Amino acid sequence: MAFVALADLAARVPDGALLAIPPDNSLTPAAFARALVRRGVRGLRLLGVPVSGYVCDLLIGAGCVASLQTSAVSIGETGLAPRFARALAAGTLQVTDATCPAIHTMLQAAEKGVPFMPLRGVLGSDLIAHRPDWKVVENPFASGDPILLLPALSPEVAAFHAVCADDEGNVYVGRRRELATIAHASQRTLVTVERHFPGSLLDDERMAAGTISGVYIEAVARAPRGAWPSGLLDEYEADAAHLTEYSKLARSDTGFADYLARYVTDAVA
Amino acid sequence: MIQPEERLIAAIARLILDPAAPPARHIAVGAASAIPAAACWLVKLGGLDVRLSLLHLQRKNPFTEGTRELFDLAGQGRIDLFFLGGGQIDGQANLNLIGTGDWPGTGARFPGSFGSAFMYLTVPRTILFREEHSRRVLVPKVDHISAAGVSAPGVVRRGTAQALVTGRCVFGFDGARFRLASVHPGETADSVRAETGFDYDAPAEAAQTPDPSPAQLALLRGPVHARMAATYPAFCRRVWGENAA
Repeated sequence: MAFVALADLAARVPDGALLAIPPDNSLTPAAFARALVRRGVRGLRLLGVPVSGYVCDLLIGAGCVASLQTSAVSIGETGLAPRFARALAAGTLQVTDATCPAIHTMLQAAEKGVPFMPLRGVLGSDLIAHRPDWKVVENPFASGDPILLLPALSPEVAAFHAVCADDEGNVYVGRRRELATIAHASQRTLVTVERHFPGSLLDDERMAAGTISGVYIEAVARAPRGAWPSGLLDEYEADAAHLTEYSKLARSDTGFADYLARYVTDAVA
Repeated sequence: MIQPEERLIAAIARLILDPAAPPARHIAVGAASAIPAAACWLVKLGGLDVRLSLLHLQRKNPFTEGTRELFDLAGQGRIDLFFLGGGQIDGQANLNLIGTGDWPGTGARFPGSFGSAFMYLTVPRTILFREEHSRRVLVPKVDHISAAGVSAPGVVRRGTAQALVTGRCVFGFDGARFRLASVHPGETADSVRAETGFDYDAPAEAAQTPDPSPAQLALLRGPVHARMAATYPAFCRRVWGENAA
């Protein structure tokens, strides 16, 4: 598997794709999202795994997103996600609400190749009434025990930013094993990395435990500081000042256009 | 001078240590929860033998199976205490993190339900925390239920709200109704009643929420601050100033 350029990686996402994305501080693919904006992708159906942050708000603001399934949208310490709120109020974004473990469970069902999985809790939440694809059934192994069933969910494309990748397409995510579940469940996985890893990640017992096998990975591009303004594991901290600047600018249409021009459209990476 | 946030932290710490509640051996803290996280550090550094799992640590994250491990642990019954809040909270301890108006929040949109719909039922004790105490937050009936405070018979659940801590008072919850436990300095039973949209029980005379002890304040301003600074820089600056802990 050869490394590709960031723009070529972004070109692999078709308009209208169901795209799974991890949130801030969970190896979020921020440089990749900026490349998607430059590519002018349209009609994305985003899946926040299990919630959404800067990347999601940016893609919504840039007009790339038709719908969003997520358990919450929140950026930085303030929590404000201005473009998401604006699009929802304007009726230009279709939102499907979930709860974090339900999204994990739907992906785990796809990972196992089974059509559904049960989940405890959730009963009594109005989420269920707004999810015709979720069903409450009687536990077939016990009487008088209602339980929620969730359908398998297999995203067309998953994208995240990992630490490094080797020439076999193995990628290192450390302890963030939810990325493995996303890759296992998705039909195609595109990854950006800080750097190339010489040799094989699977040759080293300590690295292998935090590695996702290249069998799941379609393509990799180098994007140094590719999670910025989010942080990345023990590599670098989140840029809280930039997230605050983003949240401020994104409150108005002109401010957001200014942000795009300054940090996204004219940038090379 | 005691900061209001320090009093709230101490009030939550007291609830964590409540001898009448089931033991808290493993406490998890979720997103954007500076005051609950500080309360957990306060009880731990104060000597309670407890495991803390802080979901949002970028470095040294406690979960080695990804963020879904928090929910797997809760499902297995290995988390004893969790914290939740809500854009709206009603008298049956229902939480609304969706929004007001029609679904999915055509009035004011809140961030979304996070893991609340699951954690509220699978964890034996939940301490509710919401700093804003007003009729717009504490409502007779939430517009939408993210997580239900009370379940129908037959629904498996390990527990519900233990208490609700706000910027004005502490309410206990008995599984059906809130009861005023104490009011913070500057508040009275009447002032709390005036700002609360749901009905609740109250004793004839309202107790006052105690101040943190000098020992607690020393812990908060030193070692607790130090452990909070990386995750909650703005909160730490606001409460404890620019000085490094």
